[in-house]
Amino acid sequence: MSESNFYESLSDIEPGQRTYLDSNELVLNMGPQHPSTHGVLRVILKLDGEKVLGTDCVIGYLHRGVEKIGENRTYAQFNPYVDRMDYVAAVSNGLGYCLAVEKLLGVEAPKRAQYLRVILTELNRISSHHVWLGTHALDIGAITPLFYVFREREEILKIFEKYCGARLTTHAFRIGGCQYDAYEGFEKEVLKFCAEQAKKIDEYEELLTTNRIWVDRTKDVGVLSAEECIALGATGPIIRGSGVRWDLRKAQPYSSYEDFDFEIPIGLNGDTYDRYVVRIQEMRQSLRIVEQAVAGLMEGPIMAKVPKIIKPPAGEVYVSIEAPKGELGYFIVSDGTTQPYRMRVRPPSFVNLQSLDQMVRGRLVADVVAIIGTLDIVLGEVDR
Amino acid sequence: MPEDVTKSGSVSPNEVPAASPAAAAPKPPAAAAKPAVPAYQRWTGELPSRLQREYGSGVQPLSYNGQNFFTVDRAIAHAVLRVLRDEAGFDYLVDCTAVHYPQRELPFEVVWILYSFRRNERLRVKASFAEGEEVPTATDLWQTANWLEREAFDMFGTRFAGHPDLRRILLPDEWVGYPLRKDYDIRKQDQDWVQKNLGIESGQ
Repeated sequence: MSESNFYESLSDIEPGQRTYLDSNELVLNMGPQHPSTHGVLRVILKLDGEKVLGTDCVIGYLHRGVEKIGENRTYAQFNPYVDRMDYVAAVSNGLGYCLAVEKLLGVEAPKRAQYLRVILTELNRISSHHVWLGTHALDIGAITPLFYVFREREEILKIFEKYCGARLTTHAFRIGGCQYDAYEGFEKEVLKFCAEQAKKIDEYEELLTTNRIWVDRTKDVGVLSAEECIALGATGPIIRGSGVRWDLRKAQPYSSYEDFDFEIPIGLNGDTYDRYVVRIQEMRQSLRIVEQAVAGLMEGPIMAKVPKIIKPPAGEVYVSIEAPKGELGYFIVSDGTTQPYRMRVRPPSFVNLQSLDQMVRGRLVADVVAIIGTLDIVLGEVDR
Repeated sequence: MPEDVTKSGSVSPNEVPAASPAAAAPKPPAAAAKPAVPAYQRWTGELPSRLQREYGSGVQPLSYNGQNFFTVDRAIAHAVLRVLRDEAGFDYLVDCTAVHYPQRELPFEVVWILYSFRRNERLRVKASFAEGEEVPTATDLWQTANWLEREAFDMFGTRFAGHPDLRRILLPDEWVGYPLRKDYDIRKQDQDWVQKNLGIESGQ
């Protein structure tokens, strides 16, 4: 059919029945095999053209029943399992778990162990933000930051490897303190890393902070107000990006965080750009904390007196820490035996992901990618 | 609201008197030879007495290991949560989950963990429910309860009355059984689902 015939044939159709373009809602499936969903997240998008009308997150592809496993292992046996939840911030997971069991037992790690824990946890926060920055920028189209951050992340992983033999799932801490003391030259290496990293963060900022494309893709995208964050339970850099100066390290200090001088960076608009600035500033603050902790690292024991067989008295505690993603909590119910009666993990990624729907409504499909990146989820923790 | 939490560091004085365990911030000394086994204590203060005036014996304010919680009657659970949110400033629902005690008359203990930004204080609310009984939803108070309640339903089978979209969240929709119940063995699986969907005889 020639072109002119085609249009003539259209004119035969009654005007009301012409359907050149389908104006119905389009349901688009994104993931679970999609590079910008950071794992196996599946989002069902309801679209009107390119505008997002609603979403439905399908999760659970990585569900391993961590809470059930916790009920069937002893307290010490479960310790390595928590590393497998948020695997880019395994040290933080371990710290929260150890603090929770120590609270149940009524012991406290010695001061040197607490400082060591702070150093490793803050290094881990930086490496977690490295992964966030690299993948988030890659999703939006900036490839260079990925290579920059993985270069520096390698240095952190080397320190972890020298300290405990593992790079990713570190199992760095034990209930009651640390199993390993700092290796020879630990302080020097950490300080050297800190000095270099400070300059590298300037490099990241040079690439992105005033970059026209970066600003266009992140400003006013995925806006959440402070009230919305609180209603949605979103914590960590998300609530701070919305202007709430709340950080558990300051609000309810644990593991000697009260000894260190640092600030809580906040954003103003609660958009993707502000959350980027908050995380970048957090990396700088973490460097400050690490430097102070190394300077203040005292001699002394690294393990508290903990019985060989851990048998906490019957009771229950909820202990939470400021993980790189937000509030990571452990609610443990003990019945006085060697295994927990109930092991509940309050995962920051899972709760933060719930705000995805509110953030993408009315935005474009391309913004969904930016917003998943800014949420900084790890599916191992969402699904547990 | 943000102004209240901008004071960095210092824990703002709680409204509960200093004698209460929350304000005392119990930290066992590092060198304590044998830490005393903590016991359940009565939680006294302005907030518990206010709730007790209103609800009488339906509310039990208790404290364990320096952490405060209310054990409430299931009939008033939702009303207590509303009072805590609207009048006491507990504006952030940290977590909502359940614990299964099969030997109890009311086997499902639902736990709400709350936090107040203004008071910098945490507390738990617990209520027990019978098998198959509906738990009042908290989604009308906190949006975040949506997924948390879906997860509790997925794992324990506790139905939340009034939840806008109560369906499984982590497990497949057609899964049979509730894995975090105590009568669900760790090696138990939904064999039918495994055989049908994974095409293998058994997941073991």
